[in-house]
Amino acid sequence: MIFTGKVFKYRDDVNTDEIIPARYLNTSDPKELAKHTMEDIDKDFMKKMKPGDIIVGEKNFGCGSSREHAPIAIKEAGVSCVIAKSFARIFYRNSFNMGLPILENPKAVDGISSGDLVEVDTVKGEIRNKTTGKTFAVAPYPVFMQELIKAGGLIKYVAKNNR
Amino acid sequence: MGMTITEKILAAHAGKKEVRPGDLIWAKLDIALGNDITAPIAISEFRNSGAGKVWDKNKVVLVPDHFTPNKDIMSAEQSKILRDFSREQKLKFYFEVGEVGVEHALLPEKGIVTSGDAVIGADSHTCTYGALGAFSTGVGSTDLAAAMISGKVWLKVPEAMKFVFEGKLSKWVSGKDLILKIIGDIGVDGALYRSMEFTGEAIRSLSMESRLSMCNMAIEAGGKNGIIEPDEITKRYLKGRSIRKPVFYSSDKDAKYVSVTEYDASKLEPMVAFPHLPSNTRPISKVGKVRIDQVVIGSCTNGRIEDMRIAAKLMKGKKVAPYVRTLIIPATQAIFKQMIKEGLMEVFVDCGAAVSTPTCGPCLGGHMGILAAGERALATTNRNFVGRMGSPKAEVYLANPAVAAATAIFGRIASPEEL
Repeated sequence: MIFTGKVFKYRDDVNTDEIIPARYLNTSDPKELAKHTMEDIDKDFMKKMKPGDIIVGEKNFGCGSSREHAPIAIKEAGVSCVIAKSFARIFYRNSFNMGLPILENPKAVDGISSGDLVEVDTVKGEIRNKTTGKTFAVAPYPVFMQELIKAGGLIKYVAKNNR
Repeated sequence: MGMTITEKILAAHAGKKEVRPGDLIWAKLDIALGNDITAPIAISEFRNSGAGKVWDKNKVVLVPDHFTPNKDIMSAEQSKILRDFSREQKLKFYFEVGEVGVEHALLPEKGIVTSGDAVIGADSHTCTYGALGAFSTGVGSTDLAAAMISGKVWLKVPEAMKFVFEGKLSKWVSGKDLILKIIGDIGVDGALYRSMEFTGEAIRSLSMESRLSMCNMAIEAGGKNGIIEPDEITKRYLKGRSIRKPVFYSSDKDAKYVSVTEYDASKLEPMVAFPHLPSNTRPISKVGKVRIDQVVIGSCTNGRIEDMRIAAKLMKGKKVAPYVRTLIIPATQAIFKQMIKEGLMEVFVDCGAAVSTPTCGPCLGGHMGILAAGERALATTNRNFVGRMGSPKAEVYLANPAVAAATAIFGRIASPEEL
């Protein structure tokens, strides 16, 4: 898959309360959740972003609660992928499990600024900053995780292997 | 080469003789937990997968504790999903309002989790049960759904960090302060993807309440799990409580750690985490004058009977400062009842505090004590992110119950020594 979008870049430790505040968690409807994506760190994010845009974080993106509502909101909002220097572990699992593309790549993060146009090619394993012309290689997933992807995700994998 | 307690538990649950950090494994679970925020998504995925029955009706545990008693129609719909599913699947452990408590206080209290277990919960503070010598970690709704179907979870075996506390703790210093001290030192991602093992003389002297409180906040350093080797205190706690036979593991002498950090426990003070990260800590002596509008004593971190006793002892015969709301939230019904028995309820009501039925409530800014813009709370809870207890323009400070009690009386962050 190839994604191209404008970058919204944030600081270290963007937490799940900032991505989707608990005051909106009395529903699990993706459309409702998406309306409030990034609300407590960037109030106007949903007004500014266009489908396909990319979120870039520094260290420890998605720390805090286990709410899968966070990657659900980001994906439903139309964000194509999230790139960060590191991800909090539950957010990482959740995104992987529910199909939000996330890329851990410190060099790319340092080479991308807010507003840059960035292209991500998941097949080639490449992040290209179209604004600066720089490219960054992406390491492939471990074989174990590739098998989950091949099966169509975690739930399909366990449903099949559980029979 | 030796293994850590975490590696031993994971190896046993993966059906392997040994595991090493970085190994990707499927681990068999003893318990899989969900709450009224995370379980509805898991149940929906479970249904979409075509699975008919959960893997084990005695091992899938549902606890509606976050927005209960339901604060509005939408949250009532979420809880109803859990109730209907529990009824349909005949789950042994579903807890209705009236018997429900905050999940990470409730499960240990009921003996549903025990030493040697492998547990996942769709709640980040599931790491609490490490205090019992279990491997226990937070996951999301999809992982919970997969566990409901298969009884398994995929995991990467974490590297381990060891934290050793030697010496005797000073008065008013508890497990909450030890974990805040660590988080302050290593940061909110200092233990990212890693296991945190707590040991030393001071840890072995901690009550089970204090150990639970400490392991509860391993996630605030990014940790995969927090764990304490079982000892006599653990065995005494589990006796007559545990619904499964506990298995007691301990770390080998030659187990490998990526870091070992030693602390002199006698030098530590009660700690306060300033907004807006749990790592933004200061010892109580360096706090200065911080006026407070609301005090919350409760949550999966510090809503246990020992916490209530400490707070009541300090507040007895005194009055909450003018214009300060003090909320006391026992974490379970058993704690609530014990507070009545011991006269703690009377102490709290007499001093002008509001006592609530068990709920996560204000900890996550859900209900039962939301902050307005510009307000400040001191809470015994576990997170102080922007907007965590209500308005994104409010502030939350984290501390132990003794500091919270003193703060309620003075209306500013105060040391229990001042009372």
